[in-house]
Amino acid sequence: MSNQEPIHSFSSRILVLPEANIDTDQIIPARFLTTTTKVGLGKVAFNDWRYHADGSNKPHILNEIDPTEHRVLVGGNNFGCGSSREHAPWALMDYGFQAVISTEIADIFKSNCLKNGLLPVVVSKDVHDKLLANPQQRVTIDLQNNALTLEDGTLITFEVEAFARQCLLEGVDAMGWLLKRLPDIEKFEHSHGKAA
Amino acid sequence: MTAKSLFEKVWDAHVVEPEGADKPAVLYIDLHLVHEVTSPQAFSELDVRGLKVRRPDRTFATLDHSIPTLRPDAEGNRPYVTAQAKKQVETLEANAASHGLRLFGYDAENRGVVHVIGPEMGLTQPGFTVVCGDSHTSTHGAFGCIAFGIGTSEVGHVLATQCLAQRKPRTMRVTVDGKLQPGVTGKDVALTVIATLGFSGGTGYALEYAGDVIRDLDMEGRMTVCNLSIEAGARCGMIAPDHKTVDWLRGRQYVPQGDAYEEAAKGWLALASDEGAVFDKEIRIDGSTIEPMATWGTSPDQGAAIVRGVPIADNEDQERALKYMGFTGGEAREVEKVDVVFIGSCTNGRMSDLRAAAAIMKGRKVAPGVRALVVPGSEWVRLEAEAEGLHEIFLEAGAEWRLPGCSMCIAMNGDFVSPGQLAVSTSNRNFEGRQGPGSRTVLASPATAAASAVAGHVADPRQFMALEEA
Ligand code: SF4
Repeated sequence: MSNQEPIHSFSSRILVLPEANIDTDQIIPARFLTTTTKVGLGKVAFNDWRYHADGSNKPHILNEIDPTEHRVLVGGNNFGCGSSREHAPWALMDYGFQAVISTEIADIFKSNCLKNGLLPVVVSKDVHDKLLANPQQRVTIDLQNNALTLEDGTLITFEVEAFARQCLLEGVDAMGWLLKRLPDIEKFEHSHGKAA
Repeated sequence: MTAKSLFEKVWDAHVVEPEGADKPAVLYIDLHLVHEVTSPQAFSELDVRGLKVRRPDRTFATLDHSIPTLRPDAEGNRPYVTAQAKKQVETLEANAASHGLRLFGYDAENRGVVHVIGPEMGLTQPGFTVVCGDSHTSTHGAFGCIAFGIGTSEVGHVLATQCLAQRKPRTMRVTVDGKLQPGVTGKDVALTVIATLGFSGGTGYALEYAGDVIRDLDMEGRMTVCNLSIEAGARCGMIAPDHKTVDWLRGRQYVPQGDAYEEAAKGWLALASDEGAVFDKEIRIDGSTIEPMATWGTSPDQGAAIVRGVPIADNEDQERALKYMGFTGGEAREVEKVDVVFIGSCTNGRMSDLRAAAAIMKGRKVAPGVRALVVPGSEWVRLEAEAEGLHEIFLEAGAEWRLPGCSMCIAMNGDFVSPGQLAVSTSNRNFEGRQGPGSRTVLASPATAAASAVAGHVADPRQFMALEEA
């Protein structure tokens, strides 16, 4: 939410969760939303996929990998639908992800990701198939050039909303941008009958 | 003057600074609703930056998501699910006090689910922009508002500036023509719209619902339709204000009173889309073919008319959904044994919903082995229902009657469906585990939920209605 580290370019192995329609209730079940901070949610990311009811581990890839080695999450078709909970990107980032790739990424989730420096990357079905076909691969994401490079050399460009991209590149945030507009906001309130 | 749509009229009236290629619009927010779950980190952000809530008079808070729906004990202790849930509620109480916000807390005359109390108290008014850190904020669109859910960072933006940085969505008109058959409700219309659009068919769009079926719905039915817009991926859903809207809001606590009200109402009625307004997309649905609906899968668009049974899966996603639900393609819904019935939420926790459920439960019993939970959407709904004696109908039928809250809609307060159990719920999401780890959810209308409680399996409510008419 506050000024984050600027993002430019990084390479990492991917982690594939091929299920379609992974929703925010899977990413972080609602019963973990009683927190009043954003730290430490990585351990409950995908909680019900990773743990039995008694808290012991299920055999799941998220329990087996080294998160620092896998910073790009590739989800099945249509990722992030459901709730507006920002806890979803907080949990994914706290786990160690820096980017999420899918064929479709839900609106509010995408907006929440961008505000926290988790890069949502929407790719075509072809590119998605290539990622799923080689789940061990390493990819490079270059935000400066909006480019994603797969291990086989495939290079594609992806779209990021221009303002969000600028915020990520420069490490500034929308709050600061809005605060600068307070004089105009005040004028608007007066001219539109909305003054306090 | 070019013809404008309802959405464009409301949007244009709130643009502080227009969008450009490299920057979003600065959009003014009239009403900001706040609850305990998605706000603590936003208040912390304000504290870190030394900011205050800029417009406490446009900011209203309530307790609904993580609060228990069971009564406090003799000492007044509330049965919170965890100490952390209690702390979350206390955090909002403290933040509201230090920032001078109106909190509809335990001592308020009307605490309840945020999207139920906003309209009920007249905080929601036609032509407003309304936001809340909850995706079903689209509910308020039933009053001709641009209303949408926001994340916690954005909650902070609105608290600090009363504005949001927003890109304008595209517009889609969803016209539902014709006349509904008896026993078909707003929820069935909504589930049909989502099944038609698909879970992402509305992505990037603001929906406007139009047509005779929408006009004929009462305000509560319209709220149910708008509420579910997000389940088709839409940014928001809205309906043009008409005389029903004006009559429904008149005299409510926060609306202008007397002549000022009639004056405001004139402006509200002028918000309707102009003749010839152009939409980026239009779809039409024949309302006369809609029947009572129930979902069979694990996303809200996976629904079908109950009489048609469970469809045969035609792709992997559907197969996976059926497997999770334990259903077989082609089976009649009547074979699906129900363990839990939940009647409530911001989708269907209002008076007309409770009346519809009570009409079916009256003089009948909840089937053995079924746990039925009825949770009013607000204190006012609770009191009105009790004044009408609805709670007695539910209790005599063997259902539980609770205090207002989100309860089993989001299952974070201790009310949940146990692993493997099948619930018929009037809420809005049937995702895997939404109502508790391993829970299986069928979404349906209050009448269908009540019918399923009585029958002990997923049931078309018309069989009970026909009995009454005979
Ligand atoms: S009832 Fe459900 S959808 Fe509505 S506000 Fe509560 S948790 Fe959100």
